[in-house]
Amino acid sequence: MRAGAALVAVLVLALASSAQASEERPTSAELESEIVCPICDTTLETSNAEIARRMKAFIRIRIAAGDTKSEIKDSLVEQFGPRVLAVPPRQGFDWLAWLLPLGGIAVAGVILGALAWRWSRTRPPDDPPPDPDLERRLDAELARFE
Amino acid sequence: MTGRLRLGGQVLAIGAVVALLGLLIWKVAKGDDNAVTGSLAQGKLVTAPAWELAQLDGEGDLALESLRGKVVVLNFWASWCGPCKDETPLLQESWKRWEGKDVVFVGMNVKDFRGDARSFVKRFGVTYPNVYDGKGSTVGRYGVTGFPETYFIDARGQVVYRIAGPVDDAAELDDGIKRALAPE
Repeated sequence: MRAGAALVAVLVLALASSAQASEERPTSAELESEIVCPICDTTLETSNAEIARRMKAFIRIRIAAGDTKSEIKDSLVEQFGPRVLAVPPRQGFDWLAWLLPLGGIAVAGVILGALAWRWSRTRPPDDPPPDPDLERRLDAELARFE
Repeated sequence: MTGRLRLGGQVLAIGAVVALLGLLIWKVAKGDDNAVTGSLAQGKLVTAPAWELAQLDGEGDLALESLRGKVVVLNFWASWCGPCKDETPLLQESWKRWEGKDVVFVGMNVKDFRGDARSFVKRFGVTYPNVYDGKGSTVGRYGVTGFPETYFIDARGQVVYRIAGPVDDAAELDDGIKRALAPE
């Protein structure tokens, strides 16, 4: 039990430190996968449009200047609007994009759970009582072999 | 219990459908409807969508409304757009001919870096006002299909003509301006 908790703690710490490193020292590759080209609606990494090339160059310059990932993204959002973000920010109306799928999964889980509970409580119908006439004939037949 | 469960499920399903329908209606009512381009294609005049945006040279904001009473030649462009480079000298030359004759040229720089746009204006010696719409908020409302694109707005604020693609002949611009000066 303790070993499991320790493992979870180590994993959480490793993820947090990786996120922190990514925030402070972003790479152009990860930013290019998180920013959308404003005219082609694909991420920068898959776009070869002139504006995408300029945005990639901007990202490289800002990284070299020591900007954090948030600062670079904020600067792009300030000029091109929030639509350049491949993933919607966790704020205001955009929370819906995060919460709706989770809500859908939760609702589906509740419905499935309720159905499973109902099915587990449903007993199969009892066998019908044997036909007395058939039973009598069966006994007679068996008696012949004794 | 089963009845309640079924009722709950039905209420949830109906709620989800109503919510999705609401979102659809909201999107249709608010979304980009390309009203200008669609109306022009049907031969109808349409009021130019309003905007108030920062000028590229930092001289404060410029609103379309403030230009009412003059013909506005509204040119959508971006510094990364090749054909925009080709037509800009022609626009500037035309602007010099029409300046002071109740005609105003306005450049609408969209989906661009502000710095790149300023360099472009300087490089081509553009002297007519330019506004910055990096987010492209006007693109959908005007129904811009590509860059460059030029709209001619009459003194009453109605779009009377549109040139999709680069202008490669000054006579095209003159034609649009004359239509806007003498609307039906």
